[in-house]
Amino acid sequence: MTLLDRHVGFVAALREAGLTVSVAEGIDAIESMRAVDLLDREQLRAALAATLVKRQQHRPAFDTVFDVFYPPVTGESIVPPSDTTPPGRDPGAAPRGPLEDPVRDRIRADLAAFLRDGGERLLEVVAREAVAAFGTVAGRTPGQSSWSRMSVLERVSAQTLMAGLLEQVLAGQDRGGLAERRARTVINERIARFENRVEVDVRRRLAEQSDADSVARAAARPTIERVNFLGATRADLVALRREIQPLARRLAARLAIDHRRGSRGQLDFRRTIRASLSSGGVPVTTHHRPRRPLKTDLVVLCDLSESVTSFAHFTLLLVYALREQFTKVRAFGFVDELDEVTRFFTPGGDVIDAVTRLANEADVTWLLGRTDYGRALELFASRFPDAIGSRTSLLILGDARSNYGELALPRLTELAGRAKHTYWLNPERRAIWDTGDSRASEYGAIVPMVECRNLAQLGEFVRSLAE
Amino acid sequence: MFDSPSQVATELARVRYLADPATATTVYLAATLEKPLLVEGPAGVGKTQLAKAVAEATGAELIRLQCYEGLDEARALYEWNYRKQLLRIQASAADADGAAWEQTHDDIFTDEFLLTRPLLTAIRRSEPTVLLVDEADKTDVEVEALLLEVLSDFQVTIPELGTVTAVRKPFVVITSNATRELSEALKRRCLYLHLDYPTPERERDIVLSQVPDIEPALAEELARTAATLRTLELKKAPSVAETIDWARTLLALGIESLDEEAIAATLGVVLKHHSDHGRAAKELGLPVAGP
Repeated sequence: MTLLDRHVGFVAALREAGLTVSVAEGIDAIESMRAVDLLDREQLRAALAATLVKRQQHRPAFDTVFDVFYPPVTGESIVPPSDTTPPGRDPGAAPRGPLEDPVRDRIRADLAAFLRDGGERLLEVVAREAVAAFGTVAGRTPGQSSWSRMSVLERVSAQTLMAGLLEQVLAGQDRGGLAERRARTVINERIARFENRVEVDVRRRLAEQSDADSVARAAARPTIERVNFLGATRADLVALRREIQPLARRLAARLAIDHRRGSRGQLDFRRTIRASLSSGGVPVTTHHRPRRPLKTDLVVLCDLSESVTSFAHFTLLLVYALREQFTKVRAFGFVDELDEVTRFFTPGGDVIDAVTRLANEADVTWLLGRTDYGRALELFASRFPDAIGSRTSLLILGDARSNYGELALPRLTELAGRAKHTYWLNPERRAIWDTGDSRASEYGAIVPMVECRNLAQLGEFVRSLAE
Repeated sequence: MFDSPSQVATELARVRYLADPATATTVYLAATLEKPLLVEGPAGVGKTQLAKAVAEATGAELIRLQCYEGLDEARALYEWNYRKQLLRIQASAADADGAAWEQTHDDIFTDEFLLTRPLLTAIRRSEPTVLLVDEADKTDVEVEALLLEVLSDFQVTIPELGTVTAVRKPFVVITSNATRELSEALKRRCLYLHLDYPTPERERDIVLSQVPDIEPALAEELARTAATLRTLELKKAPSVAETIDWARTLLALGIESLDEEAIAATLGVVLKHHSDHGRAAKELGLPVAGP
């Protein structure tokens, strides 16, 4: 296979993984390959990334595909560790117990050295040895073998090295203090790098067994904006929370620009005349006073039951990050009892605190702790009759699963009639609305219901709301 | 401009900018392929500094176009000097007769009355030039289209003067904080580099090169603490520039070890939000300073 064929396959795999790569960029990439030293893999990676990846969110997908198409080594480029005799052990000594495994001990010792001192070269070797030793698992058909990342990580169990390492690094300093925290950060970061390297090596070996295309396709993950709220892992949730602030900033910037554009108010006579002086008294450009931006009140009514809680948190966080875009924001949470939760989101407050306090302190369960939309709507209307005015946008967040209870449709009709706009955000896929106890279409007939499963959809919605 | 990526790294290191291999390779490519370089990343990781360092390392002059909302062609590209033109017309009107108008008309649209702005200046220069288009995400879409036109062919058409083509292509660096996505068309024509926070090892070296008087051990502690702070979910993570400020602060105060008290006393240098202080104090177990 020529380098050009490889490159064309590589670009095709990138497109498959969701990157938009134009033909011109593909040609740029080839030009850049001629300029760099092809034998230096990191240079090649940087060159291809500079020409083909124009968005940081796409970088993980790029790295995955790159590692499959341009692997650092092929096959077993090192001596398999099982062939080496562990030092300091007489071959004729007593048979070893089943739990004792010299290969594992040696790999763990090497790994510990890397975690303590760092070093790219060592990492490379340890990861490759670990995969060679523990990565093989039985394939789908008998007699075939495959490679698994989980199997390696379980056998090596890097986290169990932490205690011993901390002991060594801290050497007499206070435990639990700042020094430990710092050491932990460094070690955790190196463990993550090790795990990543193992994954890369497993993928490389898989690619050698089958073809690179299919491995690359299977390995690429969705970007964080597309991660589903309801199915997010813990790591995803942290990453999502980090995205809230930048997303809010982007949205606010865009909203501010949109407000200003096309808002040519009254003629500003004084500025126009002053400006006309530079063109000899002819008013070439007219100046206008900015129009006062229209801002709305926002009332958020959100389902805080277990099934949709992470979704509700994100929406609340985003809405609060965008406070400046609205005159006033009030939030209410409910399960089968209703409580105002505005107080948890103080300006400049801590995000994580707000979320944990919301979960612990908000008084939202009454008897059963099962979502009851009917009761929540009735309570809302009777306890906070003045919350909704003619300039209010009402936002309801929830999956519309009322456990076969009351729906209080007339009450919702009345609330929606009083508000300026009413929207319902549903974190479930549109395809499963109306299945089981979901009453999406009955509520959807009264207020427009919008599917909102990930950050991208949420951002799009909030933007349309503030306009 | 450069012979190899490693030469880029050494040249930049000479002017005290420590570039990682990916950055060096991308800068080398941008210089070799003569393409604009789009640099994105969080605030304070050295995007603008990269352009300055390249200019200093190659002995080129830095021309900077600071973008802001409302920036227009007259500020970015060129403008006719109306006042001077008016004076010229009035002066010639004094000895007026019909034939003089033709002459005046040709006179007032010459170089003498042209105010060149950064983009045109960069294109017309015959000496080595680095053009820095800073914070391109702050501008409106119209300016982006203008940039696209200028940067793809390195030529500008001025209706009264004709087309000005670059004598020598400048090295162009565009920076963006990604508050808004730049257009696909612009991105397609650029090489892309994402600068992120450096690894603790690199950050230690950066601190050492910028603040040479600091003890290496303290710089190491500083870099690790900064990395730890960045793992917390803060509103604004400390930037490299702030770490360097921190190093200078510690040096000025004569603090030799970065323990809990020292951090609590100087945290204001790196964290600029009240809630971030609270979070850092809680996570790192710092003594609470003040109410």
